[in-house]
Amino acid sequence: MTRYILRRLLQAIPLLFVISLVLFILMQNMGDPLATMGGRKVTRSEDRIRLARQLGLDKPVIVQYLYWLVGNDWTKTDLDGDGVAETAGVRKGVLRGDWGVSLVNRKPVTQVIGERLPNTLLLMLTAEAIIILFALLIGIYSALHQYSSMDNALTAVTFFFYSMPVFFFALLAMYIFAVNFRKWGLPYLPTVGMFEPAAGKTSAQVIWHMVLPVATLSFGFIAGYSRYIRSTMLEAMGQDYIRTARAKGLPQPEVVYVHALKNASLPIVTIIALDLPFLLGGAIVTERIFGWPGMGRLFLDHVSRSDTPVVMGILMMIAFAVIIFQILADVTYAWLDPRIRYT
Amino acid sequence: MVDTTAPHPTSGIAGLRPDELETPPLSLGQLTWRRFRQHKMAIFGSITLLLIILYAFGGMLVFSEAESNAVETGARLQAPTRQHPFGTDTIGRDILARTIYGGQISILIGLTAMLVELIIGVTVGAVAGYFGGKLDSLLMRFTEAVLVIPQIFLLLVMAKYFAQSIPNVRFLGRTFSGSVLVIIFVIGLTTWPYLARIVRAQFLSVKENDYILAARAVGTPTWEIIVRHILPNSIAPIIVSATLSVAAAITLEAYISFLGLGVRPPTATWGNMLEGAYNYVESAWWLWFFPGLLIALTVLSINFLGDGLRDAIDPHSRAV
Repeated sequence: MTRYILRRLLQAIPLLFVISLVLFILMQNMGDPLATMGGRKVTRSEDRIRLARQLGLDKPVIVQYLYWLVGNDWTKTDLDGDGVAETAGVRKGVLRGDWGVSLVNRKPVTQVIGERLPNTLLLMLTAEAIIILFALLIGIYSALHQYSSMDNALTAVTFFFYSMPVFFFALLAMYIFAVNFRKWGLPYLPTVGMFEPAAGKTSAQVIWHMVLPVATLSFGFIAGYSRYIRSTMLEAMGQDYIRTARAKGLPQPEVVYVHALKNASLPIVTIIALDLPFLLGGAIVTERIFGWPGMGRLFLDHVSRSDTPVVMGILMMIAFAVIIFQILADVTYAWLDPRIRYT
Repeated sequence: MVDTTAPHPTSGIAGLRPDELETPPLSLGQLTWRRFRQHKMAIFGSITLLLIILYAFGGMLVFSEAESNAVETGARLQAPTRQHPFGTDTIGRDILARTIYGGQISILIGLTAMLVELIIGVTVGAVAGYFGGKLDSLLMRFTEAVLVIPQIFLLLVMAKYFAQSIPNVRFLGRTFSGSVLVIIFVIGLTTWPYLARIVRAQFLSVKENDYILAARAVGTPTWEIIVRHILPNSIAPIIVSATLSVAAAITLEAYISFLGLGVRPPTATWGNMLEGAYNYVESAWWLWFFPGLLIALTVLSINFLGDGLRDAIDPHSRAV
């Protein structure tokens, strides 16, 4: 098992390397990061040349990538433009944990991401807990009452929500629960941000502001997972060991939740582990609509200003998370199902 | 009385009168149609989809494209009235006319992006599955690399990358914003890995059949084995997946247009009609409701259709 994990980790290294190179090249042609630097003033051309030189943007893409990857403290660069390389570089490179400095606000990338990551994680993990809870409830109920009218209704509703685009759900929810509830004098939900500036960042405020974004993030996944749980539960309930458990006279809850669910949850665990990092992607639209100060909005803001270091940082972090969760999914699967052996 | 006439040459089994004959076996097409017909949601989806297509393309007869782009600054953000049944947008364009022309572009993007995905995905999957070995592992590592970055991130980066001022395109006497082409290719380029994996898995199992061995033994060229023998036998999951990816492409177009990196004006799509609409959740619900509803309906009916198709042409697979 340890050897298997080690091998998977080693295989991930060239993968991450190729991904980072391709993304870096894509990022280079995305636009001019210097164009937005001077704010509303147009940057003078001599300033522009000097800035490009200081930021290392005048170098060929491959050299820039090399500096990003391994740093430039082993070489000297020409900062004053006289053709003589005189200043030693200070960047250490990603491989030594230096993710560079944001081109937009000159803060270290790790700090920029670190400020936003907790907000996104808060949203994501809450959503994930709600997704699993509701998907299990709906899926198990549907499987136990197959083809009942409630099951058919749930099937129709989940299919409907599964196909609904995230933004449409978000806008509808905002319109109903924020706009119209206020109109009707009911307690209404806030639509933008994490807290009211007047009330301050208390946990009650944050929870109140999380209701709509979390609902938006979860509804599609609840619909998808509950269908999946329904089908794996149906399969498990038809197995011989369930008949045996019943024949032994075990109470129904024990048969369902211990014998059937334990086996039915195997593929679900894998799917959840594989999808978890992708919730970050689903959060882009949600964070944009609800003005949530998380990673998705950070990504959008910095992509539009061609801020390579921050965008690369976010993308590589997600790529790394995806790979780790893939390995984790395989390992969990083997741990839950002893019939599976990795060599 | 002894029957002396010879058995009728056309009757299947000699000595049976026509009414004793079994009903003729159903053809594959009839069987498929039978299974599809039983899927009520799929029938509902097909009808809704037909109505939407009728709306988007039949609407051309009622409104001209110039009307859909006509700016009327005096009539900004008007609620639905008799004159503008769906209201007007932030610069006074008629939303009804724009959903008609936007629908055409959205459906067009869905279909063509699916074609791009199909070409790349089937080629990669077929080559990897058929030849195997080093080529397979190289192609699959590449597929994995694309899958590791969540699609929406990749889509945004690529849309930004290719969206450097592309000139307008004239096609069929109409002018399209060049960004339509960009979006089609970017969606096609980011969605193929899923299809490639399905095709590869199909090829891996189908190529083990004896008829492939026989074809190889009589010296059939490799490309003919792939195109004429394996591909038709693995077509069912490809059709299902292609159908569903039309819906996915329409949604993705809406996402990137919604985030402001999609199709540029003046060309309308359902997606870019929603751009900035969240600023008007409170004041102008008609701005986002109609295009959003049309996207949701289209995606829903295509998903129903795909589900029905899966049951009809690929009955062994299990719908999730």
